[in-house]
Amino acid sequence: MNDTTIKDPSLGARLRHRAGVVVDSLRRNPTMLFGLSVLLIMAFSSFIAPFLGLPSPMEQSPRDRLQPPSGDAFFGTDMYGRDLFSRVLHGGQVSLVVGLSVAALATAFGLAIGLVTGFMRRVDAVLMRFMDALMSIPSILLAIALVALWGSSVPNVILALTIPEIPRVVRLVRSVVLMLRDQLYVQAAIAAGTSTPRILIRHILPNTIPPLIVQATYICAQAVIFEAYLSFVGAGTPPEIPSWGNIMAEGRMFFFQTPSIILYPGAFLAITVFAINTFGDGLRDSLDPRMQRSV
Amino acid sequence: MIAYIIRRLLATIPIMALVAVFVFMLLHLSPTDPALIIAGDFATPEQVDEIRRQLGLNAPLYQQFLHWAGNLMQGDLGKSIYSGLPVTTLIGQRVEPTLMLTLCTMLIAIVLAIPLGVIAAWKVGTWIDRTVMTLAVFGFSVPVFVIGYLLILGGSRKLGWFPVQGYTSILDDFGGFVSHITLPALALGAVYMALIARMTRATMLEVLNEDYVRTAYAKGLATRKVLVKHALKNAMVPISTTIGLGVALLIGGVVVTETVFAIPGLGRLTVDAVLRTDYPVIQGVILVFSLTYVLLNLLVDLSYVLFDPRIRY
Repeated sequence: MNDTTIKDPSLGARLRHRAGVVVDSLRRNPTMLFGLSVLLIMAFSSFIAPFLGLPSPMEQSPRDRLQPPSGDAFFGTDMYGRDLFSRVLHGGQVSLVVGLSVAALATAFGLAIGLVTGFMRRVDAVLMRFMDALMSIPSILLAIALVALWGSSVPNVILALTIPEIPRVVRLVRSVVLMLRDQLYVQAAIAAGTSTPRILIRHILPNTIPPLIVQATYICAQAVIFEAYLSFVGAGTPPEIPSWGNIMAEGRMFFFQTPSIILYPGAFLAITVFAINTFGDGLRDSLDPRMQRSV
Repeated sequence: MIAYIIRRLLATIPIMALVAVFVFMLLHLSPTDPALIIAGDFATPEQVDEIRRQLGLNAPLYQQFLHWAGNLMQGDLGKSIYSGLPVTTLIGQRVEPTLMLTLCTMLIAIVLAIPLGVIAAWKVGTWIDRTVMTLAVFGFSVPVFVIGYLLILGGSRKLGWFPVQGYTSILDDFGGFVSHITLPALALGAVYMALIARMTRATMLEVLNEDYVRTAYAKGLATRKVLVKHALKNAMVPISTTIGLGVALLIGGVVVTETVFAIPGLGRLTVDAVLRTDYPVIQGVILVFSLTYVLLNLLVDLSYVLFDPRIRY
């Protein structure tokens, strides 16, 4: 029965094609390459930090507190005499783990819900009102409230930052699905009796991937900033873990004596987010030609 | 128009009702017993029971919700666990600084960002365009508190132009108000400016390709007139949508900015409530902010009439 079907490229082949497009545009788009390289350097240095022979990020040495940057401690020390360079490098781990997890979880949930709501009208009306309500709560406030009530831990931070992002992904996926549903090839598939799950996965899902990847990079960038916000106001990563937000929160009282406690993690945070954003902009230009050179 | 406003206002009711359900469930979905959170770490079991009884936590969930929602309808947001004061009073005391900070930020951001976006679109591809767009990516990337501390370091510490922290009411001392609000408004406005400038540039680029813009140039109108009267006016609908939706970013930023600059506003109230798990205050602040956000975006929708006479409600 399958003799008559025209063989179309497998998902793997199509993904390889997409990856080829990305590699190609990396070559043509130096800022995107720059963003990716900076990001990889940040990730590499924060995960290799424990093996560099640096002083432990937790080790206190009260005699050397609030030291300015020097040869012994590149970034100086904090109010407990802990080595700031080591703390800032280790701090990247939390930010990157949170950023990537939130991006992955929010797109996964958003994709699943968006596919269903876009295709099934009856679910749509109810679910979208629900999403509208969720979106009218400013995301940072919602996240702060969730962490405050659930208790501070890295998984709770990830979950609290994921929930407010889901409706935005749902909207994006839903808009793509609504547009595709009326396309001739989808109508043809329906007419041919293809099952709904198969239509969703085989014919609609692949088209949502390019804008989703772009969206995921922006969610990642925002999650990295928001993790720092949460830790900074005391409703985020537990204070004993060195995250950029925590280091800055602790440096608040000592800002005028030793601004480096805030400025170094702040700079690392800004550079990381900048790198993710430039990478995302480049991805958008190469994956989604229609959006090219806009917004 | 009036019928439309009424219809839209009615449409916000189910959304706000859902928000209220979320906010109510926040506490009851938390893995720990609310009474335990309130009682703190050192309470005896009897004290916890007493709190549970006082709060009516032994009643079925729907009864608790009806009770809470009934009070809410009458403008009663409950009492702070920490200070015992009504939440509405606490919020009322803190509204002014936050409102002024947000308004000033919006004003500065709109006044600066729209012209920048217009110029970037007009000079597209030149160094001016690239500079504006690079600045915009920086605005997206540098977190509010980093900008805040850099401004304090530069503007207050090095130059001594601005007071370091604190807030003066506009009603007490206008000069003091301006000098206190400038740095926080600039810090808070960075992301917002980046957002508006990018959106302005993008829409302007589209509009500038339209035939009527070419016609306007062809009939010899001055560039400025074409840009502002013909192009920008037509680009304003998506730009004002962005301005409205971007307020969510501002509300998030307010919490952090008020902490950095020690401004006694709603953001500080939220942070203090979080540190004390003062959940009636957290719930109240979320409700107030969400309602403001929804109504503000309704206003934005209505403002479309100003820019596009074809839109009729």
